[in-house]
Amino acid sequence: MAPARSLTVIPDFTLTARIDQVGAEERASRFTKRSIKKDAKMNGLKLVLNMIDLTTLEGKDTDGKVKQLCYKAMHPHDAVPGIPTVAAICVYPSMVKVAKKALEGSGIKVASVASAFPSGQAPRDIKIRDTKYAVSEGADEVDMVISRGKFHAGEYNFVFDEIAAIKEACGDARLKVILETGELGTLDKVRRASDIAMHAGADFIKTSTGKIQPAATMPVTLIMLEAIRDFYYKTGKMIGMKPAGGISKSKLALHYLVMVKEVLGEDWLNNHWFRFGASSLANDVLMQILKEKTGVYQSANYFSVD
Amino acid sequence: MEKTSIKKSSISISENGIEKKASAKRLAVLKTYKIYIGGQFPRTESGRYYIPTNAAGKKLANVCLSSRKDFRDAVVAARAAFGGWSGRAAFNRSQVLYRMAEMLEGRKAQFIEELIQQDAGKSKAEKEINLAIDRLIYYAGWCDKFQQLFSAVNPVATAHFNFSVPEPTGVVSIIAPQGDSLLGLVSVIAPVIAGGNTCVVLASETKPLCAVTFAEVLNSSDLPGGVVNILTGRPAELASWFTDHMDVNATIYCEKDSETKKMIREKSAMNLKRVFFYDQVNWYTAEGQSPYFIMDSQEIKTTWHPVENIAGAGGGY
Repeated sequence: MAPARSLTVIPDFTLTARIDQVGAEERASRFTKRSIKKDAKMNGLKLVLNMIDLTTLEGKDTDGKVKQLCYKAMHPHDAVPGIPTVAAICVYPSMVKVAKKALEGSGIKVASVASAFPSGQAPRDIKIRDTKYAVSEGADEVDMVISRGKFHAGEYNFVFDEIAAIKEACGDARLKVILETGELGTLDKVRRASDIAMHAGADFIKTSTGKIQPAATMPVTLIMLEAIRDFYYKTGKMIGMKPAGGISKSKLALHYLVMVKEVLGEDWLNNHWFRFGASSLANDVLMQILKEKTGVYQSANYFSVD
Repeated sequence: MEKTSIKKSSISISENGIEKKASAKRLAVLKTYKIYIGGQFPRTESGRYYIPTNAAGKKLANVCLSSRKDFRDAVVAARAAFGGWSGRAAFNRSQVLYRMAEMLEGRKAQFIEELIQQDAGKSKAEKEINLAIDRLIYYAGWCDKFQQLFSAVNPVATAHFNFSVPEPTGVVSIIAPQGDSLLGLVSVIAPVIAGGNTCVVLASETKPLCAVTFAEVLNSSDLPGGVVNILTGRPAELASWFTDHMDVNATIYCEKDSETKKMIREKSAMNLKRVFFYDQVNWYTAEGQSPYFIMDSQEIKTTWHPVENIAGAGGGY
């Protein structure tokens, strides 16, 4: 992984590309028109399942809840053979150790939110300690939030430096940078925040915390994917993408895969470069897989509650 | 729909001096008969429609030919509505059913007109709508009473207070009677929702007009969206989907077709749906209404509540 400083020039982020909102929405809506049936649908569903960061980020989380979720991650639905596992479990730093132990030997990653998630309203040294704690507990991936207030105030250098500092604190852990697009307001700002995050060393850019509405939408994700594409053309460095929050139906998830394929290409169509942050999507995907296998529509009654 | 003919016409001169024909009779605005899912009136997802005709061969309307995906969407809506509807106070469900009757009463003329279009005589049409309204009132009354009637405190030999109460089974799929397109429809829906279930109903294929208009009545009756979902289309196409959906808890079929009955029995076994055939019921008589129709879509829950050793003390209860 190339550190950010190897990139030659840090651009002036006030000059970042402007976005045509109407055009973006129109383009995003076209991805929903593709017909995906039979084998392609089945493969798509399995890929979606394999890209999920199964998430629980609640104040009421307990060790038991996290262990249960880890079991679900490793055994999504044992009644049907050949179903892949999810990509990762996403929890708060205090739950990383529990998750790490529960997932031992499964190859499933543990992602931890850090840096005063979800508001990001804390001094930098606390954010760095938060991050270091998560990594020392065993987190493979760190999901940080940017300081939206500073971003709106135009203090792009502050935001940049903070991401770079947390990237340094991550060590070998991959860093996902949450832009919280629901608080950014415009697609112009989404694009600018994406550029800042990628230049500052993000391994992934992520739409949302899941705590703010609207969370991930297709136009927002499209803009971020295009930012990744432009960054790749400019620097040769691949950046991952993670839409999170609000994607709970398989059909919508398949639309996202179409969008990734048509914007970035097949290199990004795996869980190393693309993730869904979701909690209820997994069950819907399992229900659709069973519908394809059995021919009858399924009921949530027959799937685990999580 | 109705053919509009221009009977009288006159010549008039418009402002720019060009002659134009003005018809004396205005062009009627025809209603689009759409389906009812989750409190909305969408067209069928499939984009298909069919044109039922009456006995005289007159076209009734362009009616949605619903597909299995419409049914799937309707089940999702019905399932989402179940928690709220079954959780309401029984008394409140009673009020809503009464309100449905009020709304139906207010639109009597429209239903009579549609029934006549669909081959009923005027007096028969009036009888049918009146009975349909009365039937809603009948079940509105039962909403908060059948539970007491069918509950029991059971004698047991251990130190438990043991009681059984009916609870709604969940989502019910209904293939409504083909013949009595309004009274039959109301008579199968009312007991199901009176008991706190939600349902997806396939209206009469040959006489679908009243079902769609009834959906409009429901939509203005304080009935939460999704409790009743009404589709139009072909039972022959949809019956299997109505019975093999794993998220449907009971199925009601009102026709005599023995092959379909056999298929329904087989497919319902997959998730142990309750299956009921109402093909012998005469909806015009007293046998067309009964609290036992409510009980068909109820499950009995028995609770063993630990208590002090009443029997041991020789007290009993």
